Amino acid sequence: MAATQEEIVAGLAEIVNEIAGIPTEDVQLDKSFTDDLDVDSLSMVEVVVAAEERFDVKIPDEDVKNLKTVGDATEYILKHQG
Amino acid sequence: MAKIKPSKGAPYARILGVGGYRPTRVVPNEVILETIDSSDEWIRSRSGIETRHWASPEETVAAMSVEASGKAIADAGIDAEQIGAVVVSTVSHFSQTPAVATEIADRLGTDKAAAFDISAGCAGFGYGLTLAKGMIVEGSAEYVLVIGVERLSDLTDLEDRATAFLFGDGAGAVVVGPSKEPAIGPTVWGSEGDKAETIKQTVPWDRFRRGDVGDLPLDSEGNVKFPAITQEGQAVFRWAVFEMAKVAQQALDAAGISPDDLDVFIPHQANVRIIDSMVKTLKLPEHVTVARDIRTTGNTSAASIPLAMERLLATGEAKSGDTALVIGFGAGLVYAATVVTLP
Repeated sequence: MAATQEEIVAGLAEIVNEIAGIPTEDVQLDKSFTDDLDVDSLSMVEVVVAAEERFDVKIPDEDVKNLKTVGDATEYILKHQG
Repeated sequence: MAKIKPSKGAPYARILGVGGYRPTRVVPNEVILETIDSSDEWIRSRSGIETRHWASPEETVAAMSVEASGKAIADAGIDAEQIGAVVVSTVSHFSQTPAVATEIADRLGTDKAAAFDISAGCAGFGYGLTLAKGMIVEGSAEYVLVIGVERLSDLTDLEDRATAFLFGDGAGAVVVGPSKEPAIGPTVWGSEGDKAETIKQTVPWDRFRRGDVGDLPLDSEGNVKFPAITQEGQAVFRWAVFEMAKVAQQALDAAGISPDDLDVFIPHQANVRIIDSMVKTLKLPEHVTVARDIRTTGNTSAASIPLAMERLLATGEAKSGDTALVIGFGAGLVYAATVVTLP
């Protein structure tokens, strides 16, 4: 069953917490991965791969650069999840 | 039909000795920061690199190879005349023909050893090792010298903030010879030419020959930039960590080695972030020693695995007889992984 927006944000929060050590409650829709959440370009790849597995979605390299905020990633996953 | 006598080789092959050469000049991040807008902290956090070695004009590809090979031959306890073949992996020897391997074979004092270069980027060591093993088991050489050598400082764009800090120079060599027991596992290797664009030389050499350089980027002094290695960081990182972890696992499976049996992990020293992420993805047990030679050597492409191997043995972090997983991966894209017994 497809994940809801809330479930996706919660999932991304767990992933970001695991990879960058940021508290899950800090991971909000308007937060920028790079500027607010200590996720640099390489950690972002780890976040993307973990999100792909968790939400059954493919996020090609060329789309990763457009995912600046948690909201961008959530919207992308909502639209593309299998 | 006339009957051809089959060749007769050794039952198995093993690495008998290893040697390395690091250029005298140590280059700290401060020097890199003279030509790019970055910081020591940023370079360390993105790559783990603190210092790298850059070769002087005298520290040529051949000279560094001869130094490293001399150590490997002494470590193996053989004489140079016993070497039947010299395989050199490099992408930074700037005279295309003859192969630099022939000069190295001659300077080492081999007895007309077969000698040739291969081009397999950062997987070059594993490719060379696989060829060496084949020659020894098939019987066309008793001892084979495998050298990975690079002067990547010659292929670095010092004004590119994504790669200027990454590359280093050096040579690593191993002597491979006969063994009664299996000591080099099956190689899991391959190529993915559809991803050729992710790591490549910026401009082919023949553009310069034709004088067809009008649209090429200029450096800060207004000169046409020399060809350099460029890469798509995120795409390479994803492939290196997640696809190569699968290849590494396949090499363990092919050798019948479980992660618990493993003593040492020597991945190509591309970036400490790739290494750390691979270790996590592979779920390697705590007891496995992981090579992180990149911190003081930088990325030396084909030379990185034998250089890291030599250092682990020299510092006592690894010991002779340990079981090590080695994996190289890079431009091509190409990769090669195998399990070896350390010399």
